[in-house]
Parts: sequence; structure tokens; C-alpha cells
Amino acid sequence: MAPDSKELQKQAAQAQPIEAERTERTPVFAPAADIYETDHGAVLLVDLPGCDEGAVDVRVEDGVLTVTGRVAPEAVPDHELTYCEYRQGNYERAFTVSELIDTDKIEATVRDGVLRLALPKVEAAKPKKVKIKVS
Amino acid sequence: MLWPRRMRDLWPWEPLREMQRLERDMHRLFSGLMPAAATRVWPPVNVWTGRDDTIVTAELPGVAPDKLDISVVGDTLSLSGTREPVEAREGQVVNQLERESGSFTRTIQLPYRVEPEKVEATYAKGVLRIRLPRLEADKPKQIAVKASL
Repeated sequence: MAPDSKELQKQAAQAQPIEAERTERTPVFAPAADIYETDHGAVLLVDLPGCDEGAVDVRVEDGVLTVTGRVAPEAVPDHELTYCEYRQGNYERAFTVSELIDTDKIEATVRDGVLRLALPKVEAAKPKKVKIKVS
Repeated sequence: MLWPRRMRDLWPWEPLREMQRLERDMHRLFSGLMPAAATRVWPPVNVWTGRDDTIVTAELPGVAPDKLDISVVGDTLSLSGTREPVEAREGQVVNQLERESGSFTRTIQLPYRVEPEKVEATYAKGVLRIRLPRLEADKPKQIAVKASL
């Protein structure tokens, strides 16, 4: 793998979400994420089941990209939760973004509970093809 | 003493063999458990039970509803489908793959038999919700107690 393919990395455990203590009782989960990279930029896919488009917040600050998703817990009235494999709660995860990414041009879309972030590279970081002239 | 000697003849205690047997037993016990622990159950499912129906919810982000197959037989619900992996393109480097992908099947035993024609499924925000009404014939009947004079 090329050395610059590690542009996006998982934030270390002592990052801001843990430093700041929570004031709510709602559980917070680190969502699963896929990252892939092309010559033109990187794409980040984050699973946010139960999250509305309007409830997802993406921000970049000091080279850290933070994804937060709020979930309104769905309770079923007059029903009892008899079997439980997943809990409902908010999502939070941070990634470091290198200066090769043009943070002003990040595009975010949410579809079927999946957040897709397109992170384009700055023009200078894109590979240029050099044509070889035949003399 | 006669008795201990006779016992030893019948069942000689050999510490090494005993250890080996124990090790073999332990290995057999855990080898059966390991594969089950390694495979992740996906998608995660919650079951909400009510008096007249059961609601099953599953976290299935990014799965197109037409790629889902839901079927009900008696009191068993089957849920299967595929989640497309990140499409591989030329010049693309995958740095991290955490999201589950591929085909999946879940079978869930419900607390009662279900009216198959009345099952409804909705999909929104990556969460599947299936409403399974209880079979009319299976519903509990209230029995009035007659007072005999």
C-alpha cells in the first residue's frame, strides 16, 4: 500500500468523545465505517441505522472529521421487548483528515441509514500524468 | 491393606494419562464453541411482543428493500438478503473494511403462529420493521366462569 493511503485513520481512544463526559443517559456507539481511496480523493461510508438525514452532523475542525448521528429511540407501544440483539442510541466517531483533503469540498449524503462522505483531494495532491514525447 | 491394592490393579492411577485425557476433553469442548463465537450474527434483530402481534426490527443499513427476502411459515420468520460490498474499481485502495457485506440469513422463532397474509414490512432509515399478527385461531379465548348456585 502506498504510504499516503493512510490519510484517514481511526482516532486514538483518548480523543475528544471520551475526554468530555456525557450529560445524557442515551448510549453512544462508534459506527462501523469503510474507507476507500482513489486518485481523486477518499470515500467514507458510515453505517448509521435509524438516523434521519437531518439528524446527521458532519464537521471538520483542526484536521479532525467528526460524524455524529442522533437517533430517536423507537419504542413500540403496548409491546414488550422480548428479545434484544441491538440497543438504540446515538453515533459518534472521529477521523483525522490530512491536509491533502480539500475540506471545503466534502460532500455528504445519507441514504438508507448509510452516510457517504466524498472527500476530494486538493488539486496539488492529485497525481498528474506526464506524457512522454516520442522524439 | 488388601483393598487399596486391589483398586489399583483394577484402575491404576496414571497422572500423565489423566492429564492428556483432560486436555483432549477440553479441546473437544472448546473446538465446538470457537466457530460459533467467531461468526458474527448479522443483521442484529429485536423482537417486540404484544398481545395480538409481534414486531421484529432489524438494523439493515444500506440494503435495498428489493434485495430482501422475507418469508413466514407457522411461527418461524426467515429473513435473507445481500448487502453489496464496496464496489472494486481500478485505482481504488481500500483502507478499512468494517461494515458487514455479503449474503445473510436469519431465522427467528416467534412466540406464536402468524397470519401469513397479514404480515407487513416497512423499511426506513436503514431499519427494517416487520409486523406479524397472531393467527386468529391461536389467540387466547376468555372463558367466563359461571357461578353455580
